[in-house]
Parts: sequence; C-alpha cells; structure tokens
Amino acid sequence: MSPSRTSLLCKLAACTALAATAFIGCDKKKEAPAEAPKPQAFKVAFAYVGPVGDGGWTFAHDNARKALEKELGDKIQTTFVEKVPEGADAERVFRDLASQGNTLIFGTTFGYMEPMLKAAGDLKNVKFEHATGYKTAENLRTYDSRTYEGAYMAGVLAGGMTKTNTLGVVGSIPIPEVIRNINSFTLGAQSVNPKIKTKVVWVNAWFDPPKETEAAQSLLNQGVDVLMQNTDSSAVLQAAEKAGKYGIGWDSDMHAYGPKAHLASSICNWTPYYIKATKDAMEGKWTTGKAWWGVKEGAIDLVSISDKVPAELKAKIDKVKAGLKDGSFVIWQGPIQDNTGKEVLAKGKVADDEWLGGIKFFVKGVDAKVPGGK
Amino acid sequence: MFKLEARPQPSRVMSYASPLIALAITILIGVGIFLWLGKDPIKGLEMFFVEPLKSAQAISELTVKAVPLLLIALGLAVCFRSNIWNIGAEGQYLLGAVAGSWVAMQAGPGTGRWIVALILLGGALGGMVWSGLVAFLKDRFNANEILVSLMLVYVGQQFLDYLVFGPWKDPNGYNFPQTITFLSVTKIPRLMDGYRANIGVLIAILAVAALWTFLFRTYRGFQLQVGGLAPAAARYAGFSSRVALWTALLVSGAMAGLAGALEVAGPMGQLTPYLSVGYGFAAIIVAFVGRLHPVGIVFSSLLMSLFYIGGELAQSRLGLPKAMTSVFQGLLLFTLLGCDTWIHNRLRWIGKPRTAPRRSEEA
Repeated sequence: MSPSRTSLLCKLAACTALAATAFIGCDKKKEAPAEAPKPQAFKVAFAYVGPVGDGGWTFAHDNARKALEKELGDKIQTTFVEKVPEGADAERVFRDLASQGNTLIFGTTFGYMEPMLKAAGDLKNVKFEHATGYKTAENLRTYDSRTYEGAYMAGVLAGGMTKTNTLGVVGSIPIPEVIRNINSFTLGAQSVNPKIKTKVVWVNAWFDPPKETEAAQSLLNQGVDVLMQNTDSSAVLQAAEKAGKYGIGWDSDMHAYGPKAHLASSICNWTPYYIKATKDAMEGKWTTGKAWWGVKEGAIDLVSISDKVPAELKAKIDKVKAGLKDGSFVIWQGPIQDNTGKEVLAKGKVADDEWLGGIKFFVKGVDAKVPGGK
Repeated sequence: MFKLEARPQPSRVMSYASPLIALAITILIGVGIFLWLGKDPIKGLEMFFVEPLKSAQAISELTVKAVPLLLIALGLAVCFRSNIWNIGAEGQYLLGAVAGSWVAMQAGPGTGRWIVALILLGGALGGMVWSGLVAFLKDRFNANEILVSLMLVYVGQQFLDYLVFGPWKDPNGYNFPQTITFLSVTKIPRLMDGYRANIGVLIAILAVAALWTFLFRTYRGFQLQVGGLAPAAARYAGFSSRVALWTALLVSGAMAGLAGALEVAGPMGQLTPYLSVGYGFAAIIVAFVGRLHPVGIVFSSLLMSLFYIGGELAQSRLGLPKAMTSVFQGLLLFTLLGCDTWIHNRLRWIGKPRTAPRRSEEA
C-alpha cells in the first residue's frame, strides 16, 4: 500500500470516528432529562401553508398567535409549523402536533380540510380548528373572517380614487370566498362610482409572488389603475408601486411594501378569535360549529388609509365601517344582478350566510367569467 | 505539496465509504449550523436522525414519505444507467396519479377490492404514456430527452389543474379545485390499522428485487448498461439503442406512475392540485446518492425522508426554520459529489513546494 493511500485511510478513519462520537454523544445526552416538567401549560399548535414571512395571510395568523401568547401568558404554550404542503404531508403534521400534547390545533388553509378530518376522526381528545373549510366534525370546527367586508371598504376607496374607472383584482383560486371578495370589491366601488369595471386574472395559487407579479402586470397593461389581490403576498402592491399606480394591502398591513401606491390595507385580525377559541377549549366550553367573524367582532378592518385619499372619501368609509359594526348596513342586499344581467338577489332581500357561501357568479361590472363555473 | 491524480483503478473502499463520509461531513456541518443558529446541536441532530425513528407510528410515517421516492428513484436508476436523462419523473408521477384517480372514480357501490389492482395498473400506464412520449420524440425526431421530459412536467401539472378545476371538480365541493373523495373500496390497503403505511411498502420491496434482477442478472439489463457506459461498444456488439431507450423510459415512467397512483389512492384519497411535493425531482438526488443501485436507493430514500420529516420536527419542537430541510439535502449531495472524487482520484505527495509552505494542506 502506498503511503498516500495509508494517509487517506487514516483520514477516513478519523472522519468516521468523529461522526461516531457525534452519534454516541447524542445518545449519552439523551438519557439526561431534557427539560424540567413545567406546570401544565395548555398547548396550542398552528399549521401554516405559507412562510411566516409572507407579509400577508400567514403573517397575519402568526401575529395573532403571538398576540394570543401575550394575552394568556404562561398559561399556554404555542407551537407552529410553516409551509406545510396541502397534500399527504399535512396529516402527519397534525398527528405529530397532537402527539406532542397539543390539545388545540389550528390549520390555516382550505387544503387541510381532508387531512384534518382524517386526523380528527382518530384523535378524539384533540380539538381541531380549520380556517375557511366547510366540513365539520364533533371535534373539528371551522372559522373564517368576513374578508368581503374589507374588500367592500377597499372597493369604496378604489372607486373613489380611480381615473380610468377600471379596477383589477389578482385572484387566487375561484372558490366562493374569493369570488365573493371580487364581487364585494366591485359593489363597494360602484357605490361611489357607477361606471366601474373590474378585471380579474387568476393565478391558481395562494402564494406565488412571481405569478402574482405577472398577473398584476397584465392587469396594468389593460388600463387598470387600482389593483387589489386575494393572494397571500405583497407582490401585487409592489407591482403597483413600480408602475406608479395604486394598490391595496390584503390580510396584513402592507403599507411598507409600497408606500406610494398603498391606499389602505384590508386586514384580517385573527387575534379575537384565537383568544376566544383557546379560552373555550381551556374552560371546557368548546363545541363544534362554524364561526364567521367580521368588522363587528373586530376580525376585519381597513387600516393605514393613505394621505392621498380625500377626507370626503374617508368619511364614506368610516360610515360603512360604523354601519357594519352596528349592523345597520348590509353589503349583500338586493337588488343585485350578475354580469349576464340576471337578477340574483331580489330587491330588499338580504343574503344569508349559506347563500354567501355558495356564490359562483360575478356581479354586474366584473369584466370576467368565473372559471369552470357552470 | 499534494497533487490530485487519477487512480489506476477506482477504489472499492472509497466507493463504499464515500456515502458514509459524506453523511458524516453533512452531520458535522449540520452541527456547526445548529450552533450558529444558537440551538443545541445534539437536539437538532436528534430531530433529524432519532425522532423520526422513535415509534412505530413514526416509522410508518417514514415509509409513507419514502415509498414514492424509492419507487421513482428505482425507475430513474434504470434510465441513468442507460445514459438516458429522464428529468421529468415528476410529470410521470402526476400522470400516474391522474390515471389512477380516473380508475378510482369509476368505482360504484358494487365495486370490489380488486379495483385497487386496476388503480395501480392504471397509474403505471399513465406514467408510461407520459414517458413514452419522451421516448417517441427522441426515437423519431431525436429530440433532447432532458428538455422534453422536463417540459412535460409542466404540461402534466396544467393537465391535472385543468381536470380538477374543470371536469373532475367535486360538484358538492363549493368550486374548490378537488375531485370527490374516492370511495373507501378504492383505498390502498394499509399494513396495519391506525398506521398510514400501506402495501406500497411491499410493492417497493418487490420492485427493488425485480429491478436488481433486471439490471444485474438479465441480458437485457446488461445491454442497457453497456449502452450507457460505452455506446460505441454497445453498437459494435449489436445492442439496439432504440430498445434501450424505450425500455428505460417505459420502466421509469411506470415506476413514477405507480408511485403517483399509490399516493393519490393512499394517503390522499382524492386528487387535488397539491398532490406533488416535488417527489419526482427529489428522486433524482435519491437515485444518485443511492449509487443508481437498487439496494443503495433503499437507504438513500429513507435518508431523504428523514431529512423531510426531521425538518418538520425541528420546526415544531426547536423553532428551526423550514429551510433546514433543503440545507441538509443540498449539503448531502454536495459532500457526496466531493467524496466521490476520491473513488477515481487520490492525493499524492509530490515533495516540498519551492515557496513557503502553506499552513494547511488538508484536502
């Protein structure tokens, strides 16, 4: 054997030995008690679809998680897992979170519905909370925010600020929630400016900044001068900023992402619900159901309204907000026509939640067709 | 001073030791990263190498993750050994899932358990159609299989999207892009109640044995490998490169399609646009880390799954970022490629350099 070969083998041996020590060390440490048993903190876990730094949807949920921790202090302990795919992996994450002693688990995207349903079927002692879904079980309930209220207020703002009378929305996935938001945005805009047309581009994803940017660009090219989005990132607002047009923040306060373009942010504040749900579970008052909170419960708001917005328009928004809060104003009240001219809600009729949950058409003024709609 | 020179013969020792050294170096760098992030490195490693193996439930979950990787990587190994660069296993996986879903949705109240066999067969056929396209275009028009197979991934994803956003959408699903949940008769049988591990594990083991036999014990397998290593020699021996092309692509398409059908009728139970988490691409790494050898791929697919699951556990238990998973995977491939250099090369002492000696002469 040549000397070089020997030295190489020596190195090999050294490497292997090092690795082995790493493993042995690992075993030794494991025997020591890892952590002192804490006084029984109530364990709450969150599974997010996006990264906590998306600046939108997931960011808003994570802020609410932090607020929940602040509110309930060391009575609870929270955990989160980010970027959990909406496929076969989600179920494992829920089961694992349960095995770590979490007795209340929040899943914050629609795609977790089936995995949560499966996990809930087996883990009866765990309470599951699913955002934006429609299936419930004995220990699985759903919660959502009336994002369309924020969309309506944003629409009032957009309708008052546009010069081309053309608004644009970057849509994620054509489910009732998103269609309802596009409609409400349009209705809000028409309440101050009847000539409004809304254009829509779908990206078929919740979080895909490059695609969102492309969609925003194509809307701008069609003469849109105020953009809104029902996606999870700040990409659309940033595109508006770059083009010198207006944009609207969604889910979180996105003011910082496009200070010149930003007209206002329609935010979801999940804190009140998370505090209520956690208290429910801690006090044994938790029962299954469907929660849908809006401006009234403090779950939806329009914030950081730009200085460029005239006081008169601001006053209109304040009026809408106050009306939503005390119930004197209703967005979905007839007569409402769809964009083929058919009356979908008769004069004076108020839409109930079930009706709102099944919206599959665009209202008059939306210059688009619902994809795959029948 | 040392000089890197080619060995007269590849080192047997190194070819076995290299993956182990690569793993050891990955772990060492991992320890460094944990320290740098201010986390206990022992605990960090525990998340990746101990926790995912701690209980029957954990091991069952590991197989759920590893089986698709293993199946796809096995097929890719056949391709890569034949010097055919199928980069589009992801698309073949998706098409397999689409075809499997179609069969699953034909089930009615009177359907028996035999439908599972049809679902799997459908999946394999679906994958073969997609990879067959690649073979056809290469065979007929000499189109580059790397580009064609890769591009077909996107076509496959769009096709799947079209189906779930359109004709296959669950009519009672509030317009959400998903099919109906398949009837329970179509469910891939599980190995044990309460665990998600299913007969995919057994199929994977069979596939390992079958492909090992095919590659190393059959004349056709031998022809493929010769064609991959020395195309001129294969031609001289009269081995058909066309047969090799079709065989390799159809085998790998069938394997990827099978994985897709197992996933969609197994843990998923319905077709959604989120079916894929990049198994088709990750399997390329798995195939190479496993030395394109069926047995090696068993280990590498398990290792990859450890990294995936460990990354999740490290998040929920230690608050480490999700990106740790990718860091580990990248490190492993990088160090493996580095270590593989020593199979064909060695360091030789060539005397003192004329200038002042460097402080470190570590390789």
